[in-house]
Amino acid sequence: MELAIGIILGCCALGAGICMGIGAIGPGIGEGNAVAKACEAIGRQPESKGAVTSTMIMGCAISETTGIYSLVIAILLIFVAPNLMVNILKNAIGLL
Amino acid sequence: MEEKHRLFVAVDILYICMMVLPIVFGIVLRILTAPPTEGISITGARILFTVPMPIQDLPITEAQVNSWLVMISITGLCLFLTHGLQIRKVSKRQHLAEWIVEKLDNMVRESMGEFFMVFSPFIAAIFALSAISSLSSLLGVYAPTADVNVVAGWGILVFILITYYKLKGGLLNYLKGYTEPIAVMIPLNILGEIATPVSMTFRHYGNVLSGSVIAVLIAAALQALSSLVLGWLPGFLGDIPFLQIGLPAILSLYFDVFSSCMQAYIFAMLTMLNISGGFPQELYEKRMEKKLARKKKAAESI
Repeated sequence: MELAIGIILGCCALGAGICMGIGAIGPGIGEGNAVAKACEAIGRQPESKGAVTSTMIMGCAISETTGIYSLVIAILLIFVAPNLMVNILKNAIGLL
Repeated sequence: MEEKHRLFVAVDILYICMMVLPIVFGIVLRILTAPPTEGISITGARILFTVPMPIQDLPITEAQVNSWLVMISITGLCLFLTHGLQIRKVSKRQHLAEWIVEKLDNMVRESMGEFFMVFSPFIAAIFALSAISSLSSLLGVYAPTADVNVVAGWGILVFILITYYKLKGGLLNYLKGYTEPIAVMIPLNILGEIATPVSMTFRHYGNVLSGSVIAVLIAAALQALSSLVLGWLPGFLGDIPFLQIGLPAILSLYFDVFSSCMQAYIFAMLTMLNISGGFPQELYEKRMEKKLARKKKAAESI
């Protein structure tokens, strides 16, 4: 029983870490690309700085969405999943 | 004249009280009901009390109470800013109110077009509610936007509006939109429709929540670090977490101030883009023409 609960807790923590780590790659690359292009655009046309900056921030925030999804999953894995899984395990053992 | 001026000032003070007192009440409520915590503790909104209901008990959480307090506070702010409007001898606060309204009108006109100008107050309300809800975490109050239920409510509201404006092109055309480009895409299109409010909700909620989680983690880490580094100091000096001074404030400048204004702007912007993007302009105009023609015919036949 203790071993099973230990495995559940460990796997939840591990899963949260992996989820956040891999999930952060995509938005990182995407936002980097967006900012690089925005810098290029400002370098070419310094007078359009305001419009480019606001559009870039908007685009960055939207491309951040997938990262936020993985964050929500990671938080669920840390704070919600262990209780749920342990309860399921206890019920299953009780049924046997 | 003197009487009138005194009345004006009295009403002003009333509005300012309406603006400030809810926030003060929120802080007092927080201080009175928050349990003492040690170390890292990240919890959702605490349930203050439950109201018995026939099907399921209705829990009143901190997030609900705080969002109502924020609403009352915004109402007070609006009343204060628009109190004593004049055509000549314009006061400072009228300038401010006019500036806000003008900016928002311009924003709505640019991204939604002239047809949707009725949306300007709605967008302003969502923007103000989101921004001030997130900013209230600066005062130590539990930010309502850090609870997924509050933001999900806004997401559902926006979803209803999007569907309503899509239906303006006719029910058949709306249903036909799901079978494009081919009929096999129906499940995917339905999923895509539902994904809009879900993604808006999680974007806003996740950003605010990540800020508060990181703030808690940083505070705990700094406390541990300062007890490690400065623990040798004699007496009570060793217990004071000196490293906690200052650094969390700089981080909260980004996570609370910048991020919450940003998220409010993005939520308002996405609301506008989704509503105006889903609206079938040509179909709506055709329908209106048909309706007008039918009305004319009916009038002539009488």
